[in-house]
Amino acid sequence: MTVRRIPSAHMSSRGAGPLRRRLVVGLLVLASLVLITMSFRSGDDGPLSGVQSAGATVLRPFAVGVERVAQPFRDAYGWADSLLTARSDAERYRAEVRDLRQRAIQNEFALQENGYLRRLLRYIDGPRFPGDFDPVTAEVIGRPPNAFSQAIVVAAGSRDGVRLNDPAVTAEGLVGIVTRVTRGTARIQLLTDQQAAVSAIDLGTGAEGIVLHARGTRETLVLDRVRKEDVVRVGDEVVTSGWSTAGLSSLYPKGIAIGKVTSVGQTDTDLFQQVQVDPFVDFGGLDAVIVLVPKERP
Amino acid sequence: MTTGGALRLSGVVFAAAVLQAVLFSTLLVGGGAPNLLLVVIVCLGLLRGSVAGAASGFAGGLVVDLLTLDTLGITSLVLTLAGFWAGRYGETTARGRRVAPLVAVGVITVLAALFAVVLHYMLGDEVDARQALVSSLAPELVLNLLLALPVYALLRAIVRGRSALEPTGEVELVV
Repeated sequence: MTVRRIPSAHMSSRGAGPLRRRLVVGLLVLASLVLITMSFRSGDDGPLSGVQSAGATVLRPFAVGVERVAQPFRDAYGWADSLLTARSDAERYRAEVRDLRQRAIQNEFALQENGYLRRLLRYIDGPRFPGDFDPVTAEVIGRPPNAFSQAIVVAAGSRDGVRLNDPAVTAEGLVGIVTRVTRGTARIQLLTDQQAAVSAIDLGTGAEGIVLHARGTRETLVLDRVRKEDVVRVGDEVVTSGWSTAGLSSLYPKGIAIGKVTSVGQTDTDLFQQVQVDPFVDFGGLDAVIVLVPKERP
Repeated sequence: MTTGGALRLSGVVFAAAVLQAVLFSTLLVGGGAPNLLLVVIVCLGLLRGSVAGAASGFAGGLVVDLLTLDTLGITSLVLTLAGFWAGRYGETTARGRRVAPLVAVGVITVLAALFAVVLHYMLGDEVDARQALVSSLAPELVLNLLLALPVYALLRAIVRGRSALEPTGEVELVV
């Protein structure tokens, strides 16, 4: 006597033979590999780019809808969270306002002097932030669900004037750069991405370096390539340097705030100083960003 | 699977993919974010079998890659295999075990992270293994495990099929 299980009507895969099962999975894996290969090899101008752009455009309303529904809950969480640190934050901000008020007066004098000297020298400058850019404010509608790429997707694309390599900022400082554009959306690589690099300068001392993501952390940056003879102090502000030389120029305009130096160290064996920078932007809590679209493109 | 069942399944996968790309990826807790889509795919694999799990993984991954303008196919590949493994586990050793969703989600979260690290490394991306396999993975694992049982219960109610984990009640005696 043998016992035979009656096949279930619901469990389609269980009823499926091993051959069919392997065939389906094999085809799906093959399709994934083909997509990866085509997407990886063809880049932004390949045949898949159009498909991805169309797909992103179709899916955009869903993403925007979910984002709009989720926003009040995020705001409520942020409000409740901020209550815990409200008193200490208020004290810190009062001290900052006193300090900034003093600096604003000094800067006003320096600005007038600077303008006068520029006119005397007929100084020709590169693009300046924010005067030479049109701001395009865009809602953040997505993030890749993995730890490999630090990026966001925003609800503004080529039809809004956004192009590849346009920088993105918030009121706090630099966010990143546009690395992919469709008609209605754009992907922005954050400063905390492993592949991001920005030439920067210590605003207080003029020491130059390159801001990179600090390995093994999620939101800490380092100011790399700072020579040992240069001076960098804890608490100094780091901003984009916006260099331009021999027809080449930085993708970022100069003067965008990046962060504050939190530690400086050097060893005998290292060629450069080890400078850690705490970014002004909270990359985990981005709701909207401003994409800087140049008024004049080369 | 009936047309209604397939539509329900597609709706669930699509909703999970959009929620993952828009909402869950931003919910950082202790340096990691929950992966709702992975949990949904694993639970669907357990509930509906390996073929449905693999197909759901492929479709969900594709939606995420389209929404986030990521390299097409990477998330699809990871989730196709995740759904397939979960389905095979549900069809074989997991049958009758109530903790199977927890076991499957836990193991597949770790395996998927490992596989993704290898995949990105092979594609030439800069991969910080410590960040991907320790700093992010530990909180993600805990959050995914917290989601596993509620999501499984919800999906069982939505897709309405008999779970692969329930022991088969009917047998036929062949003399």
